[in-house]
Amino acid sequence: MSIAPTTPSLRDTPPRAGGEFSVLRAVIHRDLLLALRRRSDLATVLLFFVIVVSLFPFGVGPEPNLLRAIAPGVIWVAALLSCMLALARLFAADFADGALEQMLLSPTPLGLIVAGKVAAHWLTSGLPLVAIGPVLALQFDLDQSLLGVLALSLLIGTPVLSLIGAIGAALTLGLRGGGVLLALLVLPLYVPVLIIGAGALDAAGAGLSALPHLLLLAALLVLAAVFTPWAIAASLRISAE
Amino acid sequence: MLEARDLEATRGDRTLFSGVSFSLAPGGLLRVTGANGRGKTTLLRALCGLLLPAAGVVRWKGQNIRALREEYWAHLLYIGHANALKDDLTPEENLAFASRIGGITVSRDRVHAALTRFGLGGRERLPVRALSQGQRRRATLARLAVAEAATLWILDEPFAALDTAGIGLVQSMAGEHLARGGMVVLTTHQDARVAAASVIDINL
Repeated sequence: MSIAPTTPSLRDTPPRAGGEFSVLRAVIHRDLLLALRRRSDLATVLLFFVIVVSLFPFGVGPEPNLLRAIAPGVIWVAALLSCMLALARLFAADFADGALEQMLLSPTPLGLIVAGKVAAHWLTSGLPLVAIGPVLALQFDLDQSLLGVLALSLLIGTPVLSLIGAIGAALTLGLRGGGVLLALLVLPLYVPVLIIGAGALDAAGAGLSALPHLLLLAALLVLAAVFTPWAIAASLRISAE
Repeated sequence: MLEARDLEATRGDRTLFSGVSFSLAPGGLLRVTGANGRGKTTLLRALCGLLLPAAGVVRWKGQNIRALREEYWAHLLYIGHANALKDDLTPEENLAFASRIGGITVSRDRVHAALTRFGLGGRERLPVRALSQGQRRRATLARLAVAEAATLWILDEPFAALDTAGIGLVQSMAGEHLARGGMVVLTTHQDARVAAASVIDINL
Protein backbone atom coordinates (compact mmCIF):
# COMPACT_ATOMS: atom_id res chain seq x y z
CA MET A 1 0.00 0.00 0.00
CA SER A 2 1.16 3.53 -0.61
CA ILE A 3 1.55 6.22 1.98
CA ALA A 4 0.00 9.41 0.72
CA PRO A 5 1.92 12.62 1.39
CA THR A 6 0.61 14.39 4.45
CA THR A 7 1.43 17.49 6.36
CA PRO A 8 3.67 16.63 9.30
CA SER A 9 1.65 18.78 11.68
CA LEU A 10 -1.40 16.65 11.05
CA ARG A 11 0.28 13.34 11.66
CA ASP A 12 2.64 14.01 14.48
CA THR A 13 1.17 16.42 16.95
CA PRO A 14 -1.60 15.17 19.15
CA PRO A 15 -4.46 17.66 19.07
CA ARG A 16 -4.03 18.69 22.65
CA ALA A 17 -4.25 22.22 23.92
CA GLY A 18 -4.67 23.57 27.42
CA GLY A 19 -3.79 21.69 30.57
CA GLU A 20 -5.50 18.52 31.59
CA PHE A 21 -6.88 20.29 34.61
CA SER A 22 -8.84 22.56 32.34
CA VAL A 23 -10.74 19.43 31.33
CA LEU A 24 -11.43 18.73 35.00
CA ARG A 25 -12.81 22.25 35.33
CA ALA A 26 -14.88 21.86 32.19
CA VAL A 27 -16.43 18.61 33.47
CA ILE A 28 -17.33 20.16 36.83
CA HIS A 29 -18.72 23.23 35.10
CA ARG A 30 -20.85 21.17 32.73
CA ASP A 31 -22.28 18.92 35.43
CA LEU A 32 -23.08 21.89 37.66
CA LEU A 33 -24.76 23.61 34.74
CA LEU A 34 -26.82 20.49 34.05
CA ALA A 35 -27.78 20.24 37.72
CA LEU A 36 -28.78 23.88 37.72
CA ARG A 37 -31.06 23.33 34.74
CA ARG A 38 -32.63 20.30 36.41
CA ARG A 39 -33.11 21.65 39.88
CA SER A 40 -35.94 19.25 40.65
CA ASP A 41 -33.43 16.37 40.78
CA LEU A 42 -31.49 18.19 43.47
CA ALA A 43 -34.61 18.98 45.44
CA THR A 44 -35.68 15.32 45.56
CA VAL A 45 -32.43 14.24 47.22
CA LEU A 46 -32.57 17.06 49.76
CA LEU A 47 -36.22 16.47 50.57
CA PHE A 48 -35.54 12.77 50.99
CA PHE A 49 -32.84 13.58 53.53
CA VAL A 50 -35.12 16.00 55.38
CA ILE A 51 -38.02 13.55 55.48
CA VAL A 52 -36.00 10.51 56.57
CA VAL A 53 -34.38 12.46 59.40
CA SER A 54 -37.73 13.95 60.45
CA LEU A 55 -39.46 10.56 60.58
CA PHE A 56 -37.46 9.43 63.59
CA PRO A 57 -38.73 12.00 66.11
CA PHE A 58 -42.27 11.02 65.08
CA GLY A 59 -41.56 7.34 65.48
CA VAL A 60 -39.58 7.51 68.69
CA GLY A 61 -41.78 10.06 70.43
CA PRO A 62 -40.89 13.11 72.47
CA GLU A 63 -38.18 11.73 74.67
CA PRO A 64 -35.34 14.25 74.60
CA ASN A 65 -32.69 11.95 76.03
CA LEU A 66 -33.37 9.18 73.57
CA LEU A 67 -33.52 11.61 70.65
CA ARG A 68 -30.25 13.21 71.66
CA ALA A 69 -28.65 9.78 71.80
CA ILE A 70 -29.81 8.62 68.37
CA ALA A 71 -29.32 11.93 66.55
CA PRO A 72 -25.78 11.30 65.21
CA GLY A 73 -26.66 7.85 63.91
CA VAL A 74 -29.93 8.92 62.35
CA ILE A 75 -28.47 11.91 60.56
CA TRP A 76 -25.52 9.91 59.29
CA VAL A 77 -27.66 7.01 58.07
CA ALA A 78 -29.98 9.44 56.31
CA ALA A 79 -26.95 11.06 54.69
CA LEU A 80 -25.76 7.65 53.41
CA LEU A 81 -29.17 6.86 51.97
CA SER A 82 -29.65 10.18 50.21
CA CYS A 83 -26.13 10.07 48.86
CA MET A 84 -26.88 6.66 47.41
CA LEU A 85 -30.15 7.85 45.94
CA ALA A 86 -28.31 10.49 43.96
CA LEU A 87 -25.60 8.05 42.84
CA ALA A 88 -27.84 6.12 40.48
CA ARG A 89 -27.91 9.19 38.24
CA LEU A 90 -24.18 9.85 38.30
CA PHE A 91 -23.28 8.10 35.04
CA ALA A 92 -26.67 6.87 33.81
CA ALA A 93 -27.53 9.87 31.63
CA ASP A 94 -24.08 10.05 30.05
CA PHE A 95 -24.24 6.31 29.40
CA ALA A 96 -27.66 6.52 27.76
CA ASP A 97 -26.94 9.43 25.43
CA GLY A 98 -23.44 8.41 24.34
CA ALA A 99 -21.55 11.17 26.17
CA LEU A 100 -19.81 8.54 28.26
CA GLU A 101 -18.26 6.96 25.16
CA GLN A 102 -16.76 10.32 24.32
CA MET A 103 -15.26 10.50 27.81
CA LEU A 104 -13.85 6.99 27.46
CA LEU A 105 -12.16 8.06 24.21
CA SER A 106 -10.73 11.26 25.61
CA PRO A 107 -6.98 11.88 25.43
CA THR A 108 -7.33 13.16 28.99
CA PRO A 109 -6.91 10.37 31.56
CA LEU A 110 -10.36 9.02 32.39
CA GLY A 111 -9.59 9.15 36.12
CA LEU A 112 -9.41 12.92 35.92
CA ILE A 113 -12.72 13.25 34.08
CA VAL A 114 -14.33 10.92 36.57
CA ALA A 115 -12.91 12.95 39.46
CA GLY A 116 -14.59 16.00 37.96
CA LYS A 117 -17.92 14.21 37.71
CA VAL A 118 -17.73 13.01 41.30
CA ALA A 119 -16.73 16.48 42.50
CA ALA A 120 -19.75 18.01 40.77
CA HIS A 121 -21.93 15.25 42.18
CA TRP A 122 -20.74 15.98 45.70
CA LEU A 123 -21.22 19.73 45.28
CA THR A 124 -24.84 19.18 44.28
CA SER A 125 -25.83 16.29 46.53
CA GLY A 126 -23.30 16.16 49.41
CA LEU A 127 -22.62 19.79 50.24
CA PRO A 128 -26.32 20.67 50.74
CA LEU A 129 -26.49 17.90 53.37
CA VAL A 130 -23.64 19.54 55.23
CA ALA A 131 -25.61 22.77 55.36
CA ILE A 132 -28.95 21.23 56.26
CA GLY A 133 -27.78 18.51 58.66
CA PRO A 134 -27.16 20.82 61.64
CA VAL A 135 -30.56 22.46 61.12
CA LEU A 136 -32.29 19.08 61.23
CA ALA A 137 -30.27 18.17 64.31
CA LEU A 138 -32.26 20.79 66.20
CA GLN A 139 -35.27 18.48 65.99
CA PHE A 140 -33.29 16.05 68.13
CA ASP A 141 -32.33 18.71 70.65
CA LEU A 142 -28.70 18.03 69.85
CA ASP A 143 -26.42 20.18 71.98
CA GLN A 144 -25.46 23.36 70.14
CA SER A 145 -21.77 22.77 70.71
CA LEU A 146 -22.11 19.56 68.71
CA LEU A 147 -23.60 21.20 65.62
CA GLY A 148 -20.19 22.36 64.45
CA VAL A 149 -18.76 18.85 64.86
CA LEU A 150 -21.72 17.43 62.93
CA ALA A 151 -21.24 19.85 60.05
CA LEU A 152 -17.49 19.19 59.99
CA SER A 153 -17.88 15.40 60.04
CA LEU A 154 -20.41 15.59 57.21
CA LEU A 155 -18.13 17.95 55.29
CA ILE A 156 -15.24 15.47 55.43
CA GLY A 157 -17.35 12.31 55.25
CA THR A 158 -19.80 12.95 52.41
CA PRO A 159 -17.09 13.27 49.71
CA VAL A 160 -15.89 9.81 50.74
CA LEU A 161 -19.45 8.54 50.25
CA SER A 162 -19.57 10.06 46.76
CA LEU A 163 -16.18 8.62 45.79
CA ILE A 164 -16.85 5.08 47.04
CA GLY A 165 -20.41 5.11 45.74
CA ALA A 166 -19.25 6.12 42.28
CA ILE A 167 -17.42 2.78 41.96
CA GLY A 168 -20.72 1.01 42.56
CA ALA A 169 -22.54 3.34 40.17
CA ALA A 170 -19.95 2.59 37.48
CA LEU A 171 -20.14 -1.19 38.02
CA THR A 172 -23.95 -1.35 37.92
CA LEU A 173 -24.22 0.89 34.87
CA GLY A 174 -26.76 -0.34 32.36
CA LEU A 175 -27.86 -3.31 34.48
CA ARG A 176 -31.51 -4.05 35.03
CA GLY A 177 -32.41 -3.45 38.64
CA GLY A 178 -29.13 -1.63 39.02
CA GLY A 179 -30.55 0.60 41.73
CA VAL A 180 -31.05 -2.17 44.28
CA LEU A 181 -27.81 -3.84 43.35
CA LEU A 182 -26.06 -0.52 43.84
CA ALA A 183 -27.44 -0.31 47.38
CA LEU A 184 -26.31 -3.86 48.20
CA LEU A 185 -22.89 -3.17 46.78
CA VAL A 186 -22.25 0.24 48.26
CA LEU A 187 -23.96 0.37 51.65
CA PRO A 188 -21.62 -2.17 53.31
CA LEU A 189 -18.67 -0.13 52.08
CA TYR A 190 -20.14 2.92 53.79
CA VAL A 191 -19.96 1.31 57.23
CA PRO A 192 -16.50 2.65 58.21
CA VAL A 193 -17.53 6.20 57.30
CA LEU A 194 -20.74 5.79 59.28
CA ILE A 195 -18.95 4.47 62.36
CA ILE A 196 -16.27 7.13 62.34
CA GLY A 197 -18.63 9.98 61.40
CA ALA A 198 -21.23 9.20 64.05
CA GLY A 199 -18.41 8.33 66.46
CA ALA A 200 -17.06 11.86 66.19
CA LEU A 201 -20.35 13.18 67.55
CA ASP A 202 -20.56 10.55 70.27
CA ALA A 203 -17.06 11.42 71.41
CA ALA A 204 -17.78 15.15 71.41
CA GLY A 205 -21.06 14.51 73.26
CA ALA A 206 -19.19 12.59 75.95
CA GLY A 207 -16.88 15.55 76.44
CA LEU A 208 -13.95 14.03 74.58
CA SER A 209 -12.17 15.50 71.60
CA ALA A 210 -13.71 14.73 68.21
CA LEU A 211 -10.38 15.39 66.54
CA PRO A 212 -9.18 11.75 66.29
CA HIS A 213 -12.39 10.74 64.52
CA LEU A 214 -12.27 13.73 62.19
CA LEU A 215 -8.64 13.01 61.35
CA LEU A 216 -9.50 9.40 60.60
CA LEU A 217 -12.28 10.59 58.30
CA ALA A 218 -9.85 12.96 56.62
CA ALA A 219 -7.43 10.07 56.11
CA LEU A 220 -10.23 8.05 54.50
CA LEU A 221 -10.99 11.01 52.26
CA VAL A 222 -7.38 11.32 51.13
CA LEU A 223 -7.17 7.59 50.42
CA ALA A 224 -10.47 7.60 48.53
CA ALA A 225 -9.57 10.71 46.53
CA VAL A 226 -6.31 9.16 45.40
CA PHE A 227 -7.43 5.63 44.58
CA THR A 228 -11.14 5.59 43.73
CA PRO A 229 -11.00 7.68 40.52
CA TRP A 230 -8.89 4.97 38.87
CA ALA A 231 -11.16 2.22 40.18
CA ILE A 232 -14.19 4.13 38.89
CA ALA A 233 -12.49 4.61 35.51
CA ALA A 234 -11.69 0.90 35.23
CA SER A 235 -15.26 -0.04 36.20
CA LEU A 236 -16.66 2.34 33.58
CA ARG A 237 -14.54 0.77 30.85
CA ILE A 238 -15.85 -2.66 31.79
CA SER A 239 -19.48 -1.53 31.99
CA ALA A 240 -19.40 0.37 28.72
CA GLU A 241 -17.92 -2.47 26.68
CA MET B 1 -2.02 4.36 9.66
CA LEU B 2 -4.83 2.22 10.97
CA GLU B 3 -4.49 -1.52 10.64
CA ALA B 4 -6.74 -4.37 11.68
CA ARG B 5 -5.77 -8.05 11.69
CA ASP B 6 -8.30 -10.90 11.83
CA LEU B 7 -10.82 -9.07 13.96
CA GLU B 8 -13.59 -11.20 15.33
CA ALA B 9 -16.54 -10.20 17.45
CA THR B 10 -19.18 -12.29 19.13
CA ARG B 11 -22.47 -11.58 20.78
CA GLY B 12 -23.38 -14.31 23.21
CA ASP B 13 -22.41 -17.50 21.40
CA ARG B 14 -23.06 -16.04 17.95
CA THR B 15 -20.19 -14.81 15.84
CA LEU B 16 -20.96 -11.38 14.41
CA PHE B 17 -17.99 -11.26 12.08
CA SER B 18 -14.58 -12.83 11.86
CA GLY B 19 -11.39 -12.45 9.89
CA VAL B 20 -11.81 -8.73 9.25
CA SER B 21 -8.47 -7.33 8.13
CA PHE B 22 -7.60 -4.08 6.44
CA SER B 23 -4.94 -1.47 6.35
CA LEU B 24 -5.96 2.17 6.02
CA ALA B 25 -3.34 4.64 4.82
CA PRO B 26 -3.49 8.43 5.15
CA GLY B 27 -6.03 9.78 2.67
CA GLY B 28 -7.90 6.49 2.70
CA LEU B 29 -11.59 5.92 3.22
CA LEU B 30 -13.02 2.77 4.77
CA ARG B 31 -16.69 2.11 4.10
CA VAL B 32 -18.41 -0.50 6.22
CA THR B 33 -21.70 -1.77 4.87
CA GLY B 34 -23.98 -4.60 5.87
CA ALA B 35 -27.53 -5.37 6.92
CA ASN B 36 -28.87 -4.44 10.35
CA GLY B 37 -27.42 -6.47 13.17
CA ARG B 38 -24.33 -7.62 11.28
CA GLY B 39 -21.97 -5.85 13.64
CA LYS B 40 -21.08 -2.58 11.92
CA THR B 41 -21.26 -0.59 15.15
CA THR B 42 -19.41 -3.36 16.98
CA LEU B 43 -16.61 -3.21 14.44
CA LEU B 44 -16.35 0.56 14.81
CA ARG B 45 -16.33 0.33 18.58
CA ALA B 46 -13.56 -2.25 18.37
CA LEU B 47 -11.58 0.07 16.10
CA CYS B 48 -11.99 2.85 18.68
CA GLY B 49 -10.85 0.63 21.52
CA LEU B 50 -14.19 0.84 23.33
CA LEU B 51 -14.63 -2.88 22.97
CA LEU B 52 -12.19 -5.72 23.15
CA PRO B 53 -12.57 -7.90 20.05
CA ALA B 54 -12.93 -11.66 20.64
CA ALA B 55 -9.86 -12.14 18.47
CA GLY B 56 -7.50 -10.03 16.41
CA VAL B 57 -5.71 -6.79 16.95
CA VAL B 58 -6.06 -3.15 15.93
CA ARG B 59 -2.86 -1.21 15.36
CA TRP B 60 -2.24 2.51 14.99
CA LYS B 61 1.09 3.30 13.32
CA GLY B 62 2.19 -0.25 14.02
CA GLN B 63 1.35 -0.27 17.72
CA ASN B 64 -1.53 -2.00 19.43
CA ILE B 65 -4.18 0.56 20.38
CA ARG B 66 -4.62 -1.28 23.69
CA ALA B 67 -1.12 -0.16 24.59
CA LEU B 68 -1.37 3.33 23.09
CA ARG B 69 -4.71 4.25 24.71
CA GLU B 70 -4.78 8.04 25.28
CA GLU B 71 -2.01 8.53 22.74
CA TYR B 72 -4.25 6.92 20.09
CA TRP B 73 -7.41 8.67 21.23
CA ALA B 74 -5.69 12.04 20.84
CA HIS B 75 -5.76 11.35 17.09
CA LEU B 76 -9.28 10.00 17.01
CA LEU B 77 -12.67 11.58 16.48
CA TYR B 78 -15.50 9.12 17.04
CA ILE B 79 -19.11 9.98 16.38
CA GLY B 80 -21.36 7.16 17.48
CA HIS B 81 -24.91 6.58 16.43
CA ALA B 82 -25.98 8.16 19.72
CA ASN B 83 -25.65 11.91 19.52
CA ALA B 84 -23.91 12.44 22.87
CA LEU B 85 -25.83 15.70 23.27
CA LYS B 86 -27.26 16.94 26.54
CA ASP B 87 -30.90 17.97 26.15
CA ASP B 88 -30.55 20.70 28.75
CA LEU B 89 -27.49 22.31 27.18
CA THR B 90 -27.39 24.42 24.03
CA PRO B 91 -25.65 23.22 20.85
CA GLU B 92 -22.96 25.78 21.61
CA GLU B 93 -22.29 24.38 25.09
CA ASN B 94 -22.47 20.81 23.84
CA LEU B 95 -19.97 21.42 21.06
CA ALA B 96 -17.55 23.33 23.28
CA PHE B 97 -17.64 20.55 25.88
CA ALA B 98 -17.35 17.71 23.37
CA SER B 99 -14.28 19.35 21.82
CA ARG B 100 -12.73 19.94 25.23
CA ILE B 101 -13.20 16.31 26.19
CA GLY B 102 -11.78 15.38 22.79
CA GLY B 103 -8.64 17.31 23.68
CA ILE B 104 -9.14 20.57 21.79
CA THR B 105 -10.03 23.92 23.23
CA VAL B 106 -12.12 25.77 20.70
CA SER B 107 -12.83 29.48 20.75
CA ARG B 108 -16.40 30.72 20.86
CA ASP B 109 -16.09 32.10 17.35
CA ARG B 110 -15.03 28.75 15.94
CA VAL B 111 -17.91 27.04 17.74
CA HIS B 112 -20.30 29.54 16.16
CA ALA B 113 -18.72 29.17 12.74
CA ALA B 114 -18.98 25.37 12.98
CA LEU B 115 -22.63 25.46 14.02
CA THR B 116 -23.44 28.00 11.32
CA ARG B 117 -21.75 25.81 8.74
CA PHE B 118 -24.07 23.02 9.83
CA GLY B 119 -27.11 25.24 9.46
CA LEU B 120 -27.67 25.87 13.14
CA GLY B 121 -26.93 29.59 13.01
CA GLY B 122 -29.41 31.40 15.24
CA ARG B 123 -30.13 28.23 17.20
CA GLU B 124 -26.90 28.11 19.20
CA ARG B 125 -28.67 29.31 22.32
CA LEU B 126 -31.68 27.00 22.22
CA PRO B 127 -31.59 23.92 24.43
CA VAL B 128 -31.01 20.79 22.35
CA ARG B 129 -34.37 19.55 23.61
CA ALA B 130 -36.02 22.07 21.26
CA LEU B 131 -34.22 20.78 18.15
CA SER B 132 -35.47 18.24 15.62
CA GLN B 133 -33.75 14.87 15.08
CA GLY B 134 -31.95 16.15 12.00
CA GLN B 135 -30.82 19.30 13.77
CA ARG B 136 -29.50 17.24 16.68
CA ARG B 137 -27.48 15.12 14.29
CA ARG B 138 -26.13 18.32 12.75
CA ALA B 139 -25.22 19.68 16.18
CA THR B 140 -23.25 16.48 16.82
CA LEU B 141 -21.59 16.45 13.42
CA ALA B 142 -20.53 20.08 13.84
CA ARG B 143 -17.57 18.55 15.68
CA LEU B 144 -16.19 17.67 12.26
CA ALA B 145 -15.72 21.38 11.57
CA VAL B 146 -13.44 21.88 14.58
CA ALA B 147 -11.60 18.55 14.46
CA GLU B 148 -9.07 18.95 11.66
CA ALA B 149 -6.40 18.01 14.17
CA ALA B 150 -7.87 14.54 14.73
CA THR B 151 -6.31 12.42 12.00
CA LEU B 152 -8.76 9.55 12.15
CA TRP B 153 -12.49 10.09 11.90
CA ILE B 154 -14.69 7.13 12.81
CA LEU B 155 -18.30 7.92 12.00
CA ASP B 156 -21.17 5.56 12.79
CA GLU B 157 -24.11 6.21 10.48
CA PRO B 158 -23.25 9.89 10.05
CA PHE B 159 -26.02 10.39 7.48
CA ALA B 160 -28.87 9.05 9.61
CA ALA B 161 -31.63 11.64 10.06
CA LEU B 162 -29.83 14.15 7.80
CA ASP B 163 -31.45 15.82 4.80
CA THR B 164 -29.81 15.86 1.36
CA ALA B 165 -27.99 19.12 2.04
CA GLY B 166 -26.69 17.76 5.33
CA ILE B 167 -25.46 14.56 3.70
CA GLY B 168 -23.73 16.61 1.01
CA LEU B 169 -22.03 18.74 3.66
CA VAL B 170 -20.73 15.75 5.62
CA GLN B 171 -19.53 14.10 2.41
CA SER B 172 -17.64 17.20 1.35
CA MET B 173 -16.11 17.63 4.82
CA ALA B 174 -14.98 14.02 4.81
CA GLY B 175 -13.51 14.64 1.34
CA GLU B 176 -11.60 17.68 2.60
CA HIS B 177 -10.32 15.69 5.56
CA LEU B 178 -9.04 12.93 3.26
CA ALA B 179 -7.41 15.52 1.01
CA ARG B 180 -5.57 16.86 4.09
CA GLY B 181 -4.16 13.38 4.64
CA GLY B 182 -6.69 12.30 7.22
CA MET B 183 -8.46 8.96 7.37
CA VAL B 184 -12.18 8.30 7.52
CA VAL B 185 -14.04 5.17 8.59
CA LEU B 186 -17.79 5.23 8.19
CA THR B 187 -20.79 2.95 8.19
CA THR B 188 -23.73 3.76 6.03
CA HIS B 189 -26.76 2.32 4.31
CA GLN B 190 -26.65 5.05 1.72
CA ASP B 191 -24.22 5.35 -1.10
CA ALA B 192 -21.48 7.52 0.40
CA ARG B 193 -20.06 9.75 -2.32
CA VAL B 194 -16.86 10.90 -0.71
CA ALA B 195 -13.95 11.99 -2.87
CA ALA B 196 -11.11 9.74 -1.78
CA ALA B 197 -7.75 8.69 -3.16
CA SER B 198 -8.24 5.13 -2.00
CA VAL B 199 -11.38 3.39 -0.83
CA ILE B 200 -11.67 0.12 1.06
CA ASP B 201 -15.08 -1.50 1.22
CA ILE B 202 -15.98 -4.00 3.90
CA ASN B 203 -19.30 -5.76 3.66
CA LEU B 204 -20.17 -7.56 6.86
